[in-house]
Amino acid sequence: MEKEERAPLRNTVILIVGLFLFWQLAYLVVGDVALRSPWQTMRFLGALMQTDVFWLHLADTLKAFAVALAIAVALGLLIGFALGLHRLSGDAMEPMLVALYSIPKITLYPIILLAFGVGISAKIAFGAIHGIIPVALITLSAIRTIKPILIKTGRVLKLSPTVMVRAILFPAAVPEIFTGIRVGFSLTLIGTVLGEMFAAQRGLGYLLMNAISLYNIDLIMSVTFLLVVLAASVNALLLAVDRRLHHG
Amino acid sequence: MEDIARRILKDDGANGQQHMSRLRLYQLAIIAGFILLLEALCLAAVIDKITMPPPHIIARDLVRMVADGRYFGDIGKSLANVLLAFATAYVLGVATGTILHGYRTARDILDPLFATYYAIPVFAFYPLFIVIFGLGDGPQVLIGILLAVVAVIVTTLNGLDRVPPVLKKTARINGLNPLQTALRVTLPFCAPYLLTAAKLALAYAFIGVIGSEFIMARAGMGYEISYAYTNFDNATMYPLILMILLLSIAANSLLSYWERVLLARRGQK
Repeated sequence: MEKEERAPLRNTVILIVGLFLFWQLAYLVVGDVALRSPWQTMRFLGALMQTDVFWLHLADTLKAFAVALAIAVALGLLIGFALGLHRLSGDAMEPMLVALYSIPKITLYPIILLAFGVGISAKIAFGAIHGIIPVALITLSAIRTIKPILIKTGRVLKLSPTVMVRAILFPAAVPEIFTGIRVGFSLTLIGTVLGEMFAAQRGLGYLLMNAISLYNIDLIMSVTFLLVVLAASVNALLLAVDRRLHHG
Repeated sequence: MEDIARRILKDDGANGQQHMSRLRLYQLAIIAGFILLLEALCLAAVIDKITMPPPHIIARDLVRMVADGRYFGDIGKSLANVLLAFATAYVLGVATGTILHGYRTARDILDPLFATYYAIPVFAFYPLFIVIFGLGDGPQVLIGILLAVVAVIVTTLNGLDRVPPVLKKTARINGLNPLQTALRVTLPFCAPYLLTAAKLALAYAFIGVIGSEFIMARAGMGYEISYAYTNFDNATMYPLILMILLLSIAANSLLSYWERVLLARRGQK
């Protein structure tokens, strides 16, 4: 971990330049039939951003994502704390959660569609089911690894369960919980976008799916590019906070 | 995620046999309770028939589907693609991870890419692959590989980080070349991690292949599910979904079991 601090800015620049070079090269090899160059993509994205429709789709995605993330984090923390505090339930549920986490959630989309109908609730549900389990699992392990002395101190002081959680468990587990939220963020985002691809009529995922069925390469490339940039920049930010929490 | 998995395993070993059987009982009760709840909700028409048939009907349909072998072609095709994607991504990922482990700078540069990789909608590249490779199995397998490979690389790197220096020194003293060191010393040492990597790769291969079939395909389980969905054919859709879930959970449990055996043999609590 310590060595990673070495010239992070230089590394990031090398990575980004490298990726663009790779993209340009791929474009030169494959050609117009299936790809656009970075420059063309960005120009198209610029043009796309001038349209009102684009902002409606983006706003819809962000709204659904925000709700999905709130649900994933709230439920994930609740499950994680509940299982972390009760030994037997935790032991029993953890392998089951791991197994659930490993199922291809994408196969559940028809069920979600049938249950919620096409629209914002379906994609929120789809986003949330991607995020809940990782947040819960990481929270659970965070609480289990809290130093026993802290919990003993709480017991000696005869703290009530609520105060115990608020004053001891939560603060002690914050760095790990933040890691959980960071992981939950990425997974919920991809879940929401996937949900939009299959189960919505608005949002960036829908725009992408629409572009896929019309084979509009410009649109495919620019929406994908935008999603990657969005995800990468927020993730980088969260990663920086995460590192500070773990080492600060 | 793999650290958590490891911690569970540790707990399993530390607790007694009695505790384990109690846990199993508890788990069975949870599953049975969940199925009964679904059954009750369906029978009480809280969940209507168009949304979901009661579990016992789904189970019956699944048995019938397997008995008359109607979708064997699709199932075989999907599973073959999943296995191909899994195997390719796994070999590629372990090899890349092992090589990358020796190059600190390259790894530092690629680290942010690995950290954000799973936020990229890889499925967006599916139509591009179809144009390049045609609407066959190729693009689906490729999506599966793209999804799976990074998880394998990251987990392999994680495992190699934990190899004690003394093992590497021993390898050097015995004059092993880098390939021999990897094959005989470091990779066997991270076997538990390699199993975790296999679990992740399998999960992602499933997602990649089935998801691609949802978007555009001419056959396969994902294709049949979305076909059944558009035709309100719950008698086909639910058993197929259940089958995919059972297959992936079974594969995952099998690998977890193997992992536990490995760890137990090493005497890790």
